[in-house]
Amino acid sequence: MLSRTASHLYWMARYIERAETTARLMQVGARNALMPDIGGGYRNDWEAILQASGTLEVFRDKYGETRQRNLETFLFFDQDNPASVMSCMAQARENARVVRTGLTSQTWDAMNSSFQDLKRMHRTERSKLSLQDLAEWTSNACALIRGSIASTQLRNDGYHFMGLGFTLERADNTARLLDVKYYVLLPSLTYIGSGLDQTQWVTLLRSMSAHRAFHWTYKGEITASRIAHFLILNSQFPRSLLTAVQGTCEHLDHLARGYRQTSRAQSAARALYGELAEAQVEDIFDEGLHEFLARFMRQNAGIAGIVQDTYLIGEPA
Amino acid sequence: MRLSVRHVTRYVFEAPVKRLIQSHRLWPSEHGGQRILSWQVDTGAANAGAGFRDGAGDWTQTVSMKGPVTEFAITVSGVVETEDLSGVLRGYREQVPASAYLTSTRATAPTVELRTLAADALDGLDGASTLDRAHALARAVRDAIAYAGGRTEPATTAAEALEGGQGVCQDQTHVLIALAHIADIPARYVTGYLFATEDSVGAEASHAWAELFVGGLGWVGFDAANGCCPDARYIRLGSGFDASDGAPIRGVVEGAATETLEVSVAVTQGGQQQVQQ
Amino acid sequence: MTRQEQTFFNEMLTGSDVRAAYESLQRWQADMPSELRTLKQHEAEELFRRVGITFAVYGEGGDPERLIPFDMFPRVFTADEWRKLDRGIRQRAAALNAFIADVYDRREIIKAGRIPEHLVTRNEAFEKAVVGMRPPRNVWSHIVGIDLVRTGRDQFYVLEDNCRTPSGVSYMLQNREIMMRMFPQLFHENRIAPVDGYASALKRTLASVAPQKCDGEPNVVILTPGQFNSAYYEHSFLADLMGVDLVEGQDLFVEGDFVWMKTTEGPRKVDVIYRRIDDAFLDPLCFRPDSMLGVPGLMNVYRSGGVAICSAPGAGVADDKAVYTFVPEMVRFYLGEAPILENVPTWQCAKADDCKYVQENLSELVVKEVHGSGGYGMLVGPKADKAQIEAFRAKIAERPENYIAQPTLALSTVPTFVDEGVAPRHVDLRPYCLVGEKIELVPGGLTRVALKEGSLVVNSSQGGGVKDTWVLAE
Repeated sequence: MLSRTASHLYWMARYIERAETTARLMQVGARNALMPDIGGGYRNDWEAILQASGTLEVFRDKYGETRQRNLETFLFFDQDNPASVMSCMAQARENARVVRTGLTSQTWDAMNSSFQDLKRMHRTERSKLSLQDLAEWTSNACALIRGSIASTQLRNDGYHFMGLGFTLERADNTARLLDVKYYVLLPSLTYIGSGLDQTQWVTLLRSMSAHRAFHWTYKGEITASRIAHFLILNSQFPRSLLTAVQGTCEHLDHLARGYRQTSRAQSAARALYGELAEAQVEDIFDEGLHEFLARFMRQNAGIAGIVQDTYLIGEPA
Repeated sequence: MRLSVRHVTRYVFEAPVKRLIQSHRLWPSEHGGQRILSWQVDTGAANAGAGFRDGAGDWTQTVSMKGPVTEFAITVSGVVETEDLSGVLRGYREQVPASAYLTSTRATAPTVELRTLAADALDGLDGASTLDRAHALARAVRDAIAYAGGRTEPATTAAEALEGGQGVCQDQTHVLIALAHIADIPARYVTGYLFATEDSVGAEASHAWAELFVGGLGWVGFDAANGCCPDARYIRLGSGFDASDGAPIRGVVEGAATETLEVSVAVTQGGQQQVQQ
Repeated sequence: MTRQEQTFFNEMLTGSDVRAAYESLQRWQADMPSELRTLKQHEAEELFRRVGITFAVYGEGGDPERLIPFDMFPRVFTADEWRKLDRGIRQRAAALNAFIADVYDRREIIKAGRIPEHLVTRNEAFEKAVVGMRPPRNVWSHIVGIDLVRTGRDQFYVLEDNCRTPSGVSYMLQNREIMMRMFPQLFHENRIAPVDGYASALKRTLASVAPQKCDGEPNVVILTPGQFNSAYYEHSFLADLMGVDLVEGQDLFVEGDFVWMKTTEGPRKVDVIYRRIDDAFLDPLCFRPDSMLGVPGLMNVYRSGGVAICSAPGAGVADDKAVYTFVPEMVRFYLGEAPILENVPTWQCAKADDCKYVQENLSELVVKEVHGSGGYGMLVGPKADKAQIEAFRAKIAERPENYIAQPTLALSTVPTFVDEGVAPRHVDLRPYCLVGEKIELVPGGLTRVALKEGSLVVNSSQGGGVKDTWVLAE
C-alpha cells in the first residue's frame, strides 16, 4: 500500500478518536460544573480540561474568561481550536477524502455524512443544542464510522493502519483523561477519598461510558485504586490502556505477518504490553500516577514514531 | 589541438540531505570539430540510471544517492582532439529542428531595449547574409555587455543584463540569443570548456556561448565574451534554450539544506591520454 | 422566442412532433408531478454530494466543493447517429496520434508542406525534450477528448480536441449511475448502451502501453497534483474504479533505471503513469525547476524506456486551436481517408486577411485564445456589449497570433428542467476515446448544457451543467 495512503488512513482514525475524546472531556467538564464549588473547583475544572487537550492558551487568547457557553463552542465548533470536535472531524474527513479509494462507500458515507451533519449543526442556533446532545451526537457519529469500518472494510493492511490510529490515539487519550483528573484536579494526595473526589471519579467513568461496566466488574466501593486498575490494567474494558496497547500489538502483528517482515514497532509495543500485563496498581501508585501516565504517553508516542518511520514515510530502509 | 579537461564539482551540505538526484549532460558529443579520445564522469558511490541521447544530441544520465549525504563530488576528466572549423558545427547528429530554437524563455525574452539593440546592430544590413547579421549581433553584445564577474546572478535575464551593461558569459549568451530571436534567427545556449589563453575571458569555470542557425552552414557558434567563433580551443558539451535548460548538471536534494559548491576546471593542452580503462 | 432562436436544432422536437428516441422521455417528463421532480432533483444533488463529486472553479472563491449542476433530462442519440460519430471520433483520434508521432520524428507532414513548420515547432506545447522519442506503441495521446457540437440533424462539428488530460469522464459515469438509481424504469423502457466499461477499457489501454522493460503485470498509477486540484475527485474516482494507486509527486522517486513508489512495504516499481498534471510540472530536472508536483528525474527514466507517461509529454502540440485547423488535413495525410467529422470554419488572426475579417465582424463571431481553455479569455460576439468587443479588438491588435475566431454556431438544444418546467437549452458533447493497443470508445460521453436561457457557453466554470448521455442500442 502507498505509504501516504496508509498515513491518511492512520490519521483519519486518530482524528476520529480524538474528536470523541474531546466530546468526552466536554461531558466531564459540564458535569463537574454542576458539582458544588469546592476549592475553586468550577473554573479550575474547565481549565484542567483545556489543559488536557492542550488548548488552554488558545482559549484564553480568544475568549479570556471560562464561561460554559464559550467552552462548549470552543470545544465543539471552534475551528481555531485544533482539538475541537469540528476541527478533528474536518481533519478526519479531509484525510478520508484523500484516500477515498481506500475506503468502502459505507465508510466514506458515514464519514462524509457525519461531517455534513456537523456543518448543519454549526448553522443551528446554539440554544437549541444541548451539550448532552452534542456529546451524544459525537459518540454516535464515531460509532457509526467505526461500525462501517469494522463491518465493511477489507481486513487488509489499510484496515490495520486505521486500527493502529485508533489504538495509539485511544491509549494516549485515556491516559490524558486520567491525568487531568488526577494531576490537575488533585495535586495533593490528601484529597483522595474525599466526597468530591468520589463524584468526580464517577463523572470520569460516565464520560467513558464505563460507569455501569465498572460496577459489574468491581463489586463494592469506588476507590482510586480500583478506578486506576479499571482504566489502566483491566483487559475487559475497551478503553483501558492495557486493551489499547493490546490492540496496537495485534494490528502490528497483522501487518508484520502480511508483509512477512517483523518491525521494531512490534517489539516496542510488546514490551509496553508486557509491562502493563504484569503491573499492579500498587506499583503505579508507588511510581506516582502522574509520573506513570507521563511515562506511558512517552512510550506510546515512541511506538507511534516507529510506525511512522517504518511504514508511513515509505523511504527505502 | 589535443585538450585535457579535469572538471570537479563538489557539494558540501551543512546538514545531511535525505536524497540527492541529478540529471547530467556531461559527455561531449563527436562532431567535425571534436573527437573524444577518452572521457570519464566519476560520481563516486552514486547510483547511475540508464542513459540516453536526447533529440539535441546530448548524452543524458541520471544519478541519485540515498541519504544521509553530506558531500557529493562529480569528477569529469577526459582528452579531446579538436579542430578549428570557424565555429561551424559540422557532422553533428541531432533531431531537434532548428526552428524550435526560436522559442524564447524567461531568460531570453525580448524587450523594447533588446529590440532597439538588435535594430541598431542590423542597421544597414538589410540585404546581408544571415552569417553577417549574426556576426553583427555578436559584436553588439560584446559592446553592450562588459565582461565582469559578480555583477549578475544565475537568474539574471537578458533584459536585466543589458540594463546593467555588465555580466558573465552566461549573460552575454542570453543577450545574443534574445537578439537573434528578434532577428528571426534560431539561437541556443551552448556549454563547454575553453582552453584559456592570456586574453580569453570566462574560462575560470565551464564556459558558455551561443549557437545561431545559419542557412547553408547550419549551427554556428558565437562567443560574445571573447568576440570570436569557437575554434580549436573549445570543447562543446551540450545545449539548451538558455542556461537553465542547457545546464550540464541539474539537480535537487530532499530535505532543506545549505550547500557549499566548489567548482574547479582545468583545461590543459596536450596531456597524456590518461585512459584508465 | 426571437426569430434567431427558432433556427436552433431541437434534438427532441421536429416542429411539435417528438422524435422517436425521445418518446418515452417525453411521457416520463410530462407524467412527473412537479413535487416529485423537486424531490428527485434534491435526491440527485444529495447523491452527488455523498459520493463527493465536487468541482472547484478557478479563482471564483466561494464553496470549493460546489457541485456541477446536474440536469435530469437525458440527452439521446440513436444508434444511427452514434455510428457515424463513433467512426469519426476514432478516425480523428488516430490521426492526431499519427501527427504527434510524426512531428517528434521525421516531420513528414511539414516536409510535405501540409502544415506550416512554425505552428508546430514554435508551439508552446512542442517539447524539445521528447524529439526523437518513440513511446510504447508510438501512442502519444491515450485519452482523446473531442468536443463536438451539433447544428442540425446530420451536422456535427468538432469544436476542439483535447490530447493531454481531458477531464469530466467521472461525470459521464456518475450521471449514468445516478439516473439508473433514481429512474430505473427508464432503463427498462429504453435500450441504453452501458458506459460502465470505461474504467476497464482505460486500464486495459494504459496497461497496453507499458514499456518493454516491464515484465509481468504492469503497475499502473494515476499521478495527481493533489487534493486541492479541482479535478481531484475525478482522479480518485478513476483510481478507485481501475483499482490502481492514486499518487502524488511526493510518493514517487527515481532510482537507477526506474521510477518507484513509496509503499508500506518499501519501494515498488511503477510502469505506467497516467498523469493529470501538466508537462511543465512533471520533472523539475527537465522542465520548470520550481515544480513541487513532479518527480525529479522522471523524464530521464521515460526517455530511456523505464516508464510510460500517459499522455506523453509533448502531446499537447496537436490540440491547440491553431493546429486544430489542420486536423482534417492530418486525416487525409496519415490515414488517406476523407474526414468524417468536420471542423468549424476558423479564422486565424495570425493571418492578415483573416484578422481583418475578424476585426470587422467581431459582433458576429466567437473569438478564442489559441492556448485558452475552460471558456476563459473568450468573446461571444453576439452576446457581448460594446465595451467587451472593443477590449477584444485591442487584444487582437496587440497579439493577433494569440487568437482565432469562429462563426457563432447554432448549437442544438435538448430539453432541460428549468424553474418553469422544461425548456430547450444548448448543449455540446465530449466523448472520450482511448488509444492504446486498440482504439476504444464507450458509447456516450459528457453532455454539457448551458443552463442560462440563450447562453451558448457550456463550460462548468461558466455556469454550465451536465446531463446523462444515452446512446440507444441497435
